[in-house]
Amino acid sequence: MAGSHHTGLMNQALRDLGEYIGLALADALIDSETRRGELMLRVRRESIVKVLTYLRDDQNCQFKQLMDLTAVDYPEREERFDLVYNLLSLKQNHRIRVKVSTDEATMVASATGVFSSAIWFEREVWDMYGVMFSGHPDLRRILTDYGFDGHPLRKDFPVTGYVEVRYDEDQKRVVHEPVNLPQEMRQFDFVSPWEGMLHLPDNEKPQEEPAEDGEGEGAKP
Amino acid sequence: MAEMESKPLTLNFGPQHPAAHGVLRLVMELDGEIIERADPHIGLLHRGTEKLIEHKTYLQAVPYFDRLDYVAPMNQEHAYALAVEKLLGIEVPPRGQYIRVLYSEIGRILNHILNITTFAIDVGAMTPLLWGFEEREKLMEFYERASGARLHAAYFRPGGVHQDLPAGLLDDIGRFCGTFPQHIEDFEGLLTNNRIFRQRTVDIGVVSRQDAMDWGFSGAMLRGSGVPWDLRKSQPYECYEDLDFDIPVGKKGDCFDRYLVRVEEMRQSLAIMRQCIEKMPDGPVSVENNKVTPPKRGEMKQSMEALIHHFKLYTEGFHVPPGETYSVIEAPKGEFGVFLVSDGSNRPYRCKIRAPGFAHLAAMDHLCRGHMLADSVAILGSMDVVFGEVDR
Repeated sequence: MAGSHHTGLMNQALRDLGEYIGLALADALIDSETRRGELMLRVRRESIVKVLTYLRDDQNCQFKQLMDLTAVDYPEREERFDLVYNLLSLKQNHRIRVKVSTDEATMVASATGVFSSAIWFEREVWDMYGVMFSGHPDLRRILTDYGFDGHPLRKDFPVTGYVEVRYDEDQKRVVHEPVNLPQEMRQFDFVSPWEGMLHLPDNEKPQEEPAEDGEGEGAKP
Repeated sequence: MAEMESKPLTLNFGPQHPAAHGVLRLVMELDGEIIERADPHIGLLHRGTEKLIEHKTYLQAVPYFDRLDYVAPMNQEHAYALAVEKLLGIEVPPRGQYIRVLYSEIGRILNHILNITTFAIDVGAMTPLLWGFEEREKLMEFYERASGARLHAAYFRPGGVHQDLPAGLLDDIGRFCGTFPQHIEDFEGLLTNNRIFRQRTVDIGVVSRQDAMDWGFSGAMLRGSGVPWDLRKSQPYECYEDLDFDIPVGKKGDCFDRYLVRVEEMRQSLAIMRQCIEKMPDGPVSVENNKVTPPKRGEMKQSMEALIHHFKLYTEGFHVPPGETYSVIEAPKGEFGVFLVSDGSNRPYRCKIRAPGFAHLAAMDHLCRGHMLADSVAILGSMDVVFGEVDR
């Protein structure tokens, strides 16, 4: 196991790195935090390519690999999508997470010019969330069926979908029909009404606790 | 005679093709036998795993991970379990960690046997497959004896592993570690110096270090290109820090190097397994906190509280404090990551699965250009993709 001393050093190194990047990219950065040994930067949407290029090329960063790019949907927010870039530096042995927010209509500059791996990751985000990227060479759908309509990972897209596909013996072809469930899709919510209520009004959800305080909370008795 | 007008030939490879390692549709533009463009169409096995996980409790999400890379199921569960544990702030007891590492390495061998043998069949060698699958079957029996299932184990759960190992299992795994090196020798005897195998793989699909990083490669695809990077060493999780093993790296980054890296990784995995068996500590296999892991069956017959815990755990499930984490493991295919966002409820708010094969396949076009049609099969085979995890 990684000892706590080791983890402490890692955290300190990450915090230093966060400060260093904060100074260099002051005009692009909205905020940064280190939690659970992971460094997260929230940056302005307009400067995402600049930030990624800097993180890739700076001698002290060298985040040469874009390991993952994804989105998270918060429908209640004004800019509902968070794009999450997970970068890895082999030289420094660090990871960093960069976030930008956007909405359905606003394009985000594509990272394909900085990292080739972004080509498919961005296609997936477009497919799943409908976030558009400007300057992407080939922004087609990737995981859903040919001719699919909608963006399935959005929170307002039902888990049952809208269209079902089957082979029709009479017509001798595959037909697309509206979903017809013999039994209603059931969502079991077992959350106890005494301590739960987390799924109900969004404004009553517990607030994020302050940074560096994430340990040992979940095992509450 | 007027010059003939030449026009690229569009060839549709798959979706059902034995060399496609699953349901991959590859649309290729060919100039004669030279590939000018390769466009993989994926998603034919898309099951909406990430969407489904958002609608399940944290514990119910575990079995979905078996169904991603079904060649080495427990490794995927591992990444998810680590992510949940990180958000919960709990640490698995030593015996749980050793069992996890032991089974992760079994998973690695399972994966590499499948990859090496099917890769061999793609380039024309039939025998390794027949020999290798018998060994895979033995390993899957170890899976079965620990978890009750050959493939869809659901064994690594947040907080530890589901059950302790049955008596005698460690001895049998130890015996396997004794006999398997001979099988690796046999594979090598069939392939490594085989003229046809070398002709089909050496200098094919060369990935430079630069390209490997640019395309987000990991695992054998990265190490084959000479980058000594393995998460078990560089960002150790569980008890990997206490174990002694080497990271093989390739020189040229061609298909042959990746094959050699995988062969050596199997030997290293055996070394890790032997150490795990030797050092296997006693004690609990999962955290003894009944808010996360279920109480013992015997306890439930006696204690009302245990019964309530059990009921609550399998209906409501545990709540995970708000936060997010990107947790990674070194899966046999590369970096398998889970980006987990919790809103404090009993269900993940978002669970993004970062499959190594997805990034590798994205570079298919880049790697195939200028190669012959038959080489695309070798390149694909050496990438080690499984569509369960690529399509999710």
